[in-house]
Amino acid sequence: MSALASQAVTDLAAYTTSTGEAVQFWVLGTVAVIGALCTILMKKAVHSALCLAGTMIILAVFYLANGAYFLGIVQVVVYTGAIMMLFLFVVMLVGVTAADSLKETIKGQRWLALLCGLGFAVLLVGGIGNAAITEFNGLGTANAGGNVEGLAALIFTKYVFAFEITGALLITAAVGAMVLTHRERTERAKTQRELAEQRVREGKHLPPLPAPGVYARHNAVDIAGLLPDGTPSELTVMKTLRDRGQIRDVSTEALRDLAALEQRSEERLGRGQEAAK
Amino acid sequence: MENLIALLVAAPLLGAVILLCGGRRLDRTGHWLGTLLALGSFVVAALLFTDMLGRDGEDRAMHQHLFSWIPVGGFQADIAFQLDQLSMTFVLLITGVGSLIHIYSIGYMEHDERRRRFFGYLNLFLAAMLILVIADNYLLLYVGWEGVGLASYLLIGFWQHKPSAATAAKKAFLVNRVGDMGLSIAIMLMFTTFGTFAFGDVLAATGETSEGKLTAIGLMLLLAACGKSAQVPLQSWLGDAMEGPTPVSALIHAATMVTAGVYLITRSGAIFNAAPDAQLAVVIVGAVTLLFGAIVGCAKDDIKKALAGSTMSQIGYMVLAAGLGPIGYAFAIMHLVTHGFFKAGLFLGAGSVMHGMNDEVDMRKYGGLRKYMPVTFVTFGLGYLAIIGFPGLSGFWSKDKIIEAAFAYGDGVRPWIFGGVALLGAGITAFYMTRVMLMTFFGEKRWQPTPDPHKEPSAEPAADDAHAGEMPHPHESPKSMTIPMIVLAFGSVFAGGLFSLNESFVHWLEPVTAFEHPHPVISVPAITASTMVVLAIGVAIAWFMYGKRPVPVTAPRGSVLTRAARRDLLQDDFNHVVLVRGGEHLTRSLVYVDHTLVDGVVNGTAASFGGLSGRMRKLQNGFARSYAVSMLGGTAVLVAATLLMRAV
Amino acid sequence: MNPVNYLYLASLLFAIGATGVLIRRNAIVVFMCIELMLNACNLALVAFSRMHGNLDGQIIAFFTMVVAAAEVVVGLAIIVSLFRSRHSASVDDASLMKL
Repeated sequence: MSALASQAVTDLAAYTTSTGEAVQFWVLGTVAVIGALCTILMKKAVHSALCLAGTMIILAVFYLANGAYFLGIVQVVVYTGAIMMLFLFVVMLVGVTAADSLKETIKGQRWLALLCGLGFAVLLVGGIGNAAITEFNGLGTANAGGNVEGLAALIFTKYVFAFEITGALLITAAVGAMVLTHRERTERAKTQRELAEQRVREGKHLPPLPAPGVYARHNAVDIAGLLPDGTPSELTVMKTLRDRGQIRDVSTEALRDLAALEQRSEERLGRGQEAAK
Repeated sequence: MENLIALLVAAPLLGAVILLCGGRRLDRTGHWLGTLLALGSFVVAALLFTDMLGRDGEDRAMHQHLFSWIPVGGFQADIAFQLDQLSMTFVLLITGVGSLIHIYSIGYMEHDERRRRFFGYLNLFLAAMLILVIADNYLLLYVGWEGVGLASYLLIGFWQHKPSAATAAKKAFLVNRVGDMGLSIAIMLMFTTFGTFAFGDVLAATGETSEGKLTAIGLMLLLAACGKSAQVPLQSWLGDAMEGPTPVSALIHAATMVTAGVYLITRSGAIFNAAPDAQLAVVIVGAVTLLFGAIVGCAKDDIKKALAGSTMSQIGYMVLAAGLGPIGYAFAIMHLVTHGFFKAGLFLGAGSVMHGMNDEVDMRKYGGLRKYMPVTFVTFGLGYLAIIGFPGLSGFWSKDKIIEAAFAYGDGVRPWIFGGVALLGAGITAFYMTRVMLMTFFGEKRWQPTPDPHKEPSAEPAADDAHAGEMPHPHESPKSMTIPMIVLAFGSVFAGGLFSLNESFVHWLEPVTAFEHPHPVISVPAITASTMVVLAIGVAIAWFMYGKRPVPVTAPRGSVLTRAARRDLLQDDFNHVVLVRGGEHLTRSLVYVDHTLVDGVVNGTAASFGGLSGRMRKLQNGFARSYAVSMLGGTAVLVAATLLMRAV
Repeated sequence: MNPVNYLYLASLLFAIGATGVLIRRNAIVVFMCIELMLNACNLALVAFSRMHGNLDGQIIAFFTMVVAAAEVVVGLAIIVSLFRSRHSASVDDASLMKL
């Protein structure tokens, strides 16, 4: 991919586009659109994030092909490397395996959204087509002294105020993120003894909470333990997983599977007569 | 001297206030106070009259400005009086005849426990009527106009315990309202046209105004006159107004109220002179009413209602004359004055007869009364001769002049039509008045015992309990009643001749109303002669029908015309079908429109807003994604609009 | 090939991203779609830069990236704290816009 890009770079700054660039555009463009569609259609947030990252890398290639070398690299490093990873972190935090239901809850929302999206796309495409841009200048002269140097010259002269303000914005955003996510401890953390005393004082769950997987023939942390009547108890699963909704359901089908498995192993071991009754 | 003008109104107004607010302690003296104040007003009028006579014709008008009533920018309304020859004539008639009726009422209302209040109303009536005739602008005239309407309502409904009287009062009030509407519209038109209400300014400005506007004002004034003077089509209240006490009938019919319309038309003469179409309408209304009233008068058996028909007819003569223009105004007023004398005399005579006959009003139950009530007979007879226009008496001078003027109206067929109608009216007048005379005072006695009031309420129950079931004992009325009748009989006999001496009345009024000698299409002696012939025919027919043959006590069925005339020529049926039913249908359809269209629009608007809001509310579902959809949609619309604008 | 094709691609990606914002409920995915839209804009800006023959378009794209980075930092922090308090990353669950 980078080979293609660097081959395009040589003459992309010029006035015309090569056949190579056309091939690259049609192939990678298709992939980018597919990636974008996957981003909005994947059930799991992780998959969406990965598809988006792919689309962004392709966009980085397109930047390079358009003579924006600096932006292309920044796109890869900052966007794909930093921002998308930040996304992945957050996805992990709120539950990586949790799949969204794609069932629409607001009546007519999906059709309206499709209509608006399609209409908007048609309008934009139509507008651009209407503009009928056939000739363009190319970046040959602009990039003559090097792309990065050109950008730097502009940023630190013409756009210096915008640049400074953007810096202030970044600082503000970093502080804001800290303020939003930071929770100040207003009191000393309780020791284990104090927690035990509190449990006794409140009079519930005097013993430790039950461990997951009890009677369930599985001891994974995300499988709820079963009560004597066979129903799963959420108490046995840790709070974080419960919040994420990441408890694996073993109540009915899983129990039946287990029963079948048990049956088979009994038969194989030749001692299923009594157990079957 | 001019400062006395306000006193004319002030005296009866003071009387009305004292009598109506004074309470029961005035019960014994109230009638004297009211009569004295009316007489006082008459004395003031007489003083002013002598003063006026001492001056030249053009300088006789007097003005008195009391105070500025409504001074708002260009809108200036004053309380100011103007007493010229025309007003003077009316003032003398109103206060003179009014005072006589006051005196008469002392005797007539002797047994009524609400006599004090009656005199209060009478004084109020006089005050309102005086304001009407001496106002110097149309707005103040309107005050008097409404005051007369109020007083007539109170007096016609004086015996309010009788449903018929209460209804008659309401009817008079309502019909008058229609006319009042005409007057108020006319006043508004005047203000927009001339910017003023004052008689002098309005009448002087008629020359520079378009004929269309003047015609509109004239027609509205005619509508007003129709209401007050009981002219077709607003005539229906007059007959029912007989439910009031007889002095009230005399007052309304002779001196006040019904003359107001004639006064209005004569006063606004300049407007009508400049609007020939309105004038023609006046003449037509007068002619139609003349015949209408006369025909109704022929069929009525109730003596007061027969006289009421006669009044309508005679006022028709006056309106006809007033519509003729400068050739008629003076004769209209002259006939008004002479009619004031003899009609007041006739009504007072009728009241006297009823007084003697236990308040019986049906002429078929009279007969042969001339021996029992000689004074009444003689005064009533003189009034009768005057009204039919017997040569030498008042009616002859005034009515004959009107017939002459009618024959001189316009050109082509008009003089023949209107002159013929006036002539025919004279004949019918002779017929029905002779009929009244014969049925009341001649022939054999047809007296009936007074019916029990508890079974069948008689017309005037003031004293019915005392006479229930008795045969009537006709007797002459007390002095307080006969003296006014005698005075009025003198007026009936001599007034017309006096006025016609050297055309003194015409010259008296000429500075106000202008005068032109009529030039009838046929010679004056021929008209006089044919009037005499028609009169003789009318009397003769009446004598053949009611003098030679006995009069049945119960009325025969009669012809279709007679039956219609007994029902006042179906005026009430017409009003009921056209106005009442029509009004009901109109209101019903309006209610329907209101319920369906108006309510529909209002409720529909509310409901559609409600429904729309309900739908809009669903858009506000609180989901950020929904709002995002509308944002994207809006952006798409903006982009589309931009592209479209560029494409265009 | 006409470089305008890059603009078509950018439009397409932008529209896909916008649709994604509208149909996904997971706040993180919605965020990713926004990033997709921003990237589509950047692509368009870079293509414009090439068409006009100067570097201003790239500068704007650069600033967009910086702002997007700042936005992601704050946005993810918000998502994390939302998840902590509501145990959900669904944008519909956080619909406090309606009483």
